[in-house]
Amino acid sequence: MKHLQEVLFLLGSLGFVVGLKMMGKPNSARKGNLVAAAGMLFALLGIMFFKHGQEGIHVVNNVGLIAAAIGVGTLVGWLMAKRVQMTAMPEMVSLFNGMGGLCAALISLLEWKFKGDAIANMPAGEYLAIIAGLIIGTVSFVGSIVAWGKLSGKLGDFRFPGQQFINIIMLLAIAGTAWMNLGAASEGNMLYFYLVIILAAVYGLLFVFPIGGADMPVVISLLNSFTGVAAACGGFLYHNNVMLMGGVLVGSAGTILTIVMCKAMNRSLTNVLIGAVGGSSAAADSTGKSGGTVREVQATDVAILMKYAQKVIVVPGYGLAVAQAQHVVHELEGLLESEGVEVKYAIHPVAGRMPGHMNVLLAESNVSYDKLVEMEHINPEFATTDVVLVVGANDVVNPSAKTDPASPIYGMPILDVENAKQIVVLKRSMKSGYAGIENELFYNSKCGMLFGDAKESLQKLVNEVKTL
Amino acid sequence: MIYLVILMVFVGIELIGHVPSVLHTPLMSGANAIHGVVLIGAIYVMDHAAEDDMLSLVVGFIGVIVGTLNVIGGFVVTDRMLEMFKKKPGKGGKS
Repeated sequence: MKHLQEVLFLLGSLGFVVGLKMMGKPNSARKGNLVAAAGMLFALLGIMFFKHGQEGIHVVNNVGLIAAAIGVGTLVGWLMAKRVQMTAMPEMVSLFNGMGGLCAALISLLEWKFKGDAIANMPAGEYLAIIAGLIIGTVSFVGSIVAWGKLSGKLGDFRFPGQQFINIIMLLAIAGTAWMNLGAASEGNMLYFYLVIILAAVYGLLFVFPIGGADMPVVISLLNSFTGVAAACGGFLYHNNVMLMGGVLVGSAGTILTIVMCKAMNRSLTNVLIGAVGGSSAAADSTGKSGGTVREVQATDVAILMKYAQKVIVVPGYGLAVAQAQHVVHELEGLLESEGVEVKYAIHPVAGRMPGHMNVLLAESNVSYDKLVEMEHINPEFATTDVVLVVGANDVVNPSAKTDPASPIYGMPILDVENAKQIVVLKRSMKSGYAGIENELFYNSKCGMLFGDAKESLQKLVNEVKTL
Repeated sequence: MIYLVILMVFVGIELIGHVPSVLHTPLMSGANAIHGVVLIGAIYVMDHAAEDDMLSLVVGFIGVIVGTLNVIGGFVVTDRMLEMFKKKPGKGGKS
């Protein structure tokens, strides 16, 4: 009995490691998530009911209040997570991440308050854990909320010159203030402490605001690992191994995941953070050539084209997600297949707002897994394809990523749709994609544009194919 | 404790090294839920707060709520994402 808390914490840590491992493989991913959740449950049971005290093991103080708060959090979290649309997943993840950051910051805030007069002779390590938890938690909270706002369209991009420089100054200022706070606080001066919070919050704003929407997944992943580090700070503070392990695990796994995601977009992390895509969009606007003419096509023509094709490849993008068109596109696929047309989906690693976003969406509408083909496997197939149907995707099919070294997305691997015999783009307007640049594909003579909401256009196509 | 940190850094790197890009989003979301372990810290804070210290109790209460949001929301969202990936027996057959 005496070591029950340690045993539960150990089970918790094991659950995290094994769960994360299982989540890395498609077959065991869902179970892995449950294993990690079970680990969390063990850890929570350990902290709540098996506290070591003078009279042996007993429940934690204020247990009623804690249970009430957990109840509220569970209910709200459950409802939010269950109700959210599949398309809004990325911003949801970001929001929950922000909550974790806020939690870490609040812990530091209160621990600081509890220290009271003992601040003067606090060990350096302890101070570091508190202040780092505060700073990182605040940055993660504010940053995630901004990311959430941007992804759900509540906030726009905001840039100003010399941003990187100012951000570095901000970091130095935070470190400096945190240092001065140590001296000031032992004399009872709390000014610097509050200043640290404010600076960290402003840094969170400046850090995320300028980053373009296409890079958002990378930023969320990075903020995710930040929150992990903030949790690990708490682990240091309380000498709690399960917090420490969970936090560090997420910190390191999150960082690696961030780098892997950058690689999938053929960009470096610094490139994303400095905002090469975002930063140069102003320049791209001025040089954006609207040369050539755009050919507008009607649903009827497209339906005929597809019905008598041998092979059709669908390129889904964010537009599909916004329009909730995943079910209609599956219906169209079924119709065409019954006419003997081979239909496949070309999945660009960063199509949509998050890697894997399209897979999740299409899987939701029961599109069979083997029809979703990843970029490197589908690219050679475009040459033998009759019709490519681009549904609400833009930057991932922009040939200037290969041909124009001046383009902000130059070097990003793209889907070679221009090799197909015919290209049809379903799009709401000629507005540029998230990178904010023109797409010369639309001026290609093989390319026809079908304007309108992705779902409505697809519905029209379904109806036309049926009546033909 | 430093040993533990370094060990975990390597475990984290090792775990994520070769994951298909399809799973990036659920994995990020799963990791997101795991750092909800910060909730334990919020419970410690509540444990340390005196019973008549209203300010601390209120802030701690909020801390526990948002921590729980992170944990529950994180795991449920991840589960919903991964639900989509479940294997369908046979080709195009319904489970």
